[in-house]
Amino acid sequence: MTQVRPTLEDQGANPYDRERWAQVRPPAWHNPRPRACYDWLVIGAGPAGLTAARSAAALGARVALVENHLLGGVSLNYGTVSSQSLIRTSRLYAEMRDAACYGARAPTHIEVDFPLAMERMRRIRARLAHLDSAANIAALGIDLFFGTARFVSDDTIDLDGIRLQFKKALIATGSRSLLPTLPGLTEAGYLTNETVFDLTTLPASLLVIGGGPVGCELAQAFSRLGSRTVLVHDQPLFLPKEERDAAQLLSAALAQDGVEMHLNTTAVNVRMKKGKKVVEIVNDGDVATITADVVLTGIGRTPAVAGLDLEAAGVVFDTAAGIQVNDFLRTSNKRIFAAGDVCMEHMFVDTANASARIATHNALCRGRQRLSALTIPWCTYTDPEITHVGLYVRQARARGIPIKTFTVPMHEVDRALVDGGEEGFVKIHVREGTDTILGATVVGRHASEMINGLSLAMVAGIGLHTIARVIHTYPTQAEAIRKAAQACRESDRPRGRT
Amino acid sequence: MTARPATQPGHAAVAADGESDDAMLDRLQRTAFDYFLQFANLDNGLLADTTRDGAPSSIAVVGFALSSYPIGVERGWMKRTDAVQRTLASLHFFMASDQSGSAEATGYRGFYFHFLDMQRGTRVWRCELSPIDTTILIAGMLSAAAYFDADTPDETELRRLANALYERVDWLWMQHDGVTVMQGWKPECGFLHYGWEGYSEALLLYALGLGSPTHALTEQSFHAWTMTYQWENLYGTDFLYAGPLFIHQFSHAWIDFRGIRDAFMREKNCDYFENSRRATYIQRKYAILNPRSFVGYDAEHWGLSAGDGPSADARQVAGRQQAFYGYAARGLPYGPDDGTIAGSATASSLVFAPEIVLPALRALLADGVAGNVDLIHASGFNATLGEAPGKVWITTDIFGLDQGMIVLMIENYRSGQPWRLMRDLSCIRDGLRRADFSGGWLEQRPGAQP
Repeated sequence: MTQVRPTLEDQGANPYDRERWAQVRPPAWHNPRPRACYDWLVIGAGPAGLTAARSAAALGARVALVENHLLGGVSLNYGTVSSQSLIRTSRLYAEMRDAACYGARAPTHIEVDFPLAMERMRRIRARLAHLDSAANIAALGIDLFFGTARFVSDDTIDLDGIRLQFKKALIATGSRSLLPTLPGLTEAGYLTNETVFDLTTLPASLLVIGGGPVGCELAQAFSRLGSRTVLVHDQPLFLPKEERDAAQLLSAALAQDGVEMHLNTTAVNVRMKKGKKVVEIVNDGDVATITADVVLTGIGRTPAVAGLDLEAAGVVFDTAAGIQVNDFLRTSNKRIFAAGDVCMEHMFVDTANASARIATHNALCRGRQRLSALTIPWCTYTDPEITHVGLYVRQARARGIPIKTFTVPMHEVDRALVDGGEEGFVKIHVREGTDTILGATVVGRHASEMINGLSLAMVAGIGLHTIARVIHTYPTQAEAIRKAAQACRESDRPRGRT
Repeated sequence: MTARPATQPGHAAVAADGESDDAMLDRLQRTAFDYFLQFANLDNGLLADTTRDGAPSSIAVVGFALSSYPIGVERGWMKRTDAVQRTLASLHFFMASDQSGSAEATGYRGFYFHFLDMQRGTRVWRCELSPIDTTILIAGMLSAAAYFDADTPDETELRRLANALYERVDWLWMQHDGVTVMQGWKPECGFLHYGWEGYSEALLLYALGLGSPTHALTEQSFHAWTMTYQWENLYGTDFLYAGPLFIHQFSHAWIDFRGIRDAFMREKNCDYFENSRRATYIQRKYAILNPRSFVGYDAEHWGLSAGDGPSADARQVAGRQQAFYGYAARGLPYGPDDGTIAGSATASSLVFAPEIVLPALRALLADGVAGNVDLIHASGFNATLGEAPGKVWITTDIFGLDQGMIVLMIENYRSGQPWRLMRDLSCIRDGLRRADFSGGWLEQRPGAQP
């Protein structure tokens, strides 16, 4: 299926969208006169591309940055920023409804103003767009080109008829929403995690296909905003990569928010009936139908490699796995590197930025930094948030590493009690008999903030015994980490028989 | 490790009301045992899943019944000939049952559907062909075969049928295209597309599956399953983590895990019995901590497990919006927990930690009865939803699984008979050895006292 990208006209007359576009795709922009040859040509101006271009410019390199749509990529324009903004509003409504749990009197009549929520989202996007504006990029000495790039040889691209030559290049074209091959879906119409933020009215009912991070985040947010939300997922648990306990806690949270969940269930076709979308689902052979106003697909993302004519540059790629790179992020063409979603399993903004820095360093400074050396945390921004860094238990055991987990439920943490966020836990995995952190999962209302301390400890080689000695401000939810560290310290103390 | 309790304790303890521990246990065990006498179809040997009107048979409850009859004979609660006839009725039924795997069959490839019509013995509720429930059924058959060892035509036939039914189970097929065993199969969709992950009651399944003389699981299957184990330090105690208490109990109803260890437990310097003891203490500690502020949780009221509970609308409990889950596998520390305690699960930890279970049982008995259902035999009770202070919500139905666990685990505590019967079976020894268990009674010849 083809995905059509919105134009400015699609956005209507919304002043915030016009403000954003003025920054990230100025209507009057004129591409610069190309230089004879660029030290570093970057294709794609999403998070990875912008980082790579800025890093190279800071090194004094002659840099060209090519973008075929909007600066900032999906993250700024259709993805992370938009969803985070809507999630924040939806959390507020959820807390208003649960006001009594916080010792407050609930408002007597809570009316969701969806346009107001979307306006806030657009205002935030517009504000952030100033940081990545075309003017700011150009001011760094970067030649910024808008247009469609394709390789014509191993050191040259064509940009809408103009040739740009490079010594080194980076492909950072990102990813696109992956669409289910569902008969009738195109005819019935659907939204993706990119287009859902174009909604102007709150759908009365919403069917979300896919229980990965995006599907769960949006299902919870729309349910909290008042859409009757159904979430269909073809696996026995949401977030298949995460620990079972985390996924089960998420299920409980979604149920609490009124999301109707269908696990182990596959959507098999869609048809229209009386203006509604009727989706047939199958669970262990049992067939049922769900009727909804809007179908949202959130089954994942796929690398954006189409149209680049990578063969002309000798760059090996796979439409599913993306561009093939080695541990130094170099492609099969030694001049060309790749970074971000287009070549990585972990499709996160922070990881894309980190990979861009590595690729730039390796390409321009003869560096030997390895992708595999990265410690990569990630987060699903549901409530509670679900974060992980490092190894899972099953991965450690599969590698023959003796592993032990120190678990602290959030109900053991004073601040969680005070904040009304007791559902969750900190699990820190160590090499058994040592305090060396192998990985961690944190589930909690502020888990995305908490995981960073553990990532730092892993990168710096700080063990749990040291963390146990660090004063953690009281009361904070991060105290759960200190409690786990303390448990490790006490567990490792010599003692008599218990 | 801590010294473990003996299985034949002195029964000198006497409560204030004059009833000794042994008398109390005898009463509890007998009450549970009576379920199998009352809710059986004598024609086909099937047992009802629950006391609910129109309840189908659960094949697992049949397994518990088959293991309970020998206990009933030994305790003088039924005649040996009656026990043999009831057992034979079950075995004959399953041997002759429809194994076509059709939508209304009884089984397929030696496995059986989870729930069967009490009269016709055919599949109901479009349920799954269940490897774990078949495991419990087969365990019941094998323990019956081990007990009924007389050289009479009936008992000879009983042993023949039990072994034939065990050997008919195609365990290897249930591995499907993966390494670990699948959780089920349906005629409508084939294998359920998920397997066992994390420590669970499947320990017994792997022991029987690996010990099969005809269609054994691969040794790799057990290794792959244990790769998903999580060894955790929770509330200051190290243990192989599983939230619901039943997971720490079911396999132990038949297999004596004291002193025998697989590779995982050798690495952790523990064994599965000791692990269940720790899990029992953690359950009690959780109730004392009572992080969700439920009514009635304390040192003598604990035990989150699979079972029935209230299906009431969500409401405010201690400043939280609390949902109620009906029938659910409740567990700790993350829940689901809605304030419902499974008294039978408390009782079924007796063998692991009698020093905390006996006081808990006395407390549950002292809390009184509601109608004809007491807090131990009921599937669940909930004091948070009590209509008045001191009153509790309690299930009206009795579940056969709960009664089976009470009968077997009290017997393991009192005499160790269910363990002893299984310990001497070559298939159990073979299965455990193929799972890389060693030590303890596995190193002794059959019949020796461990």
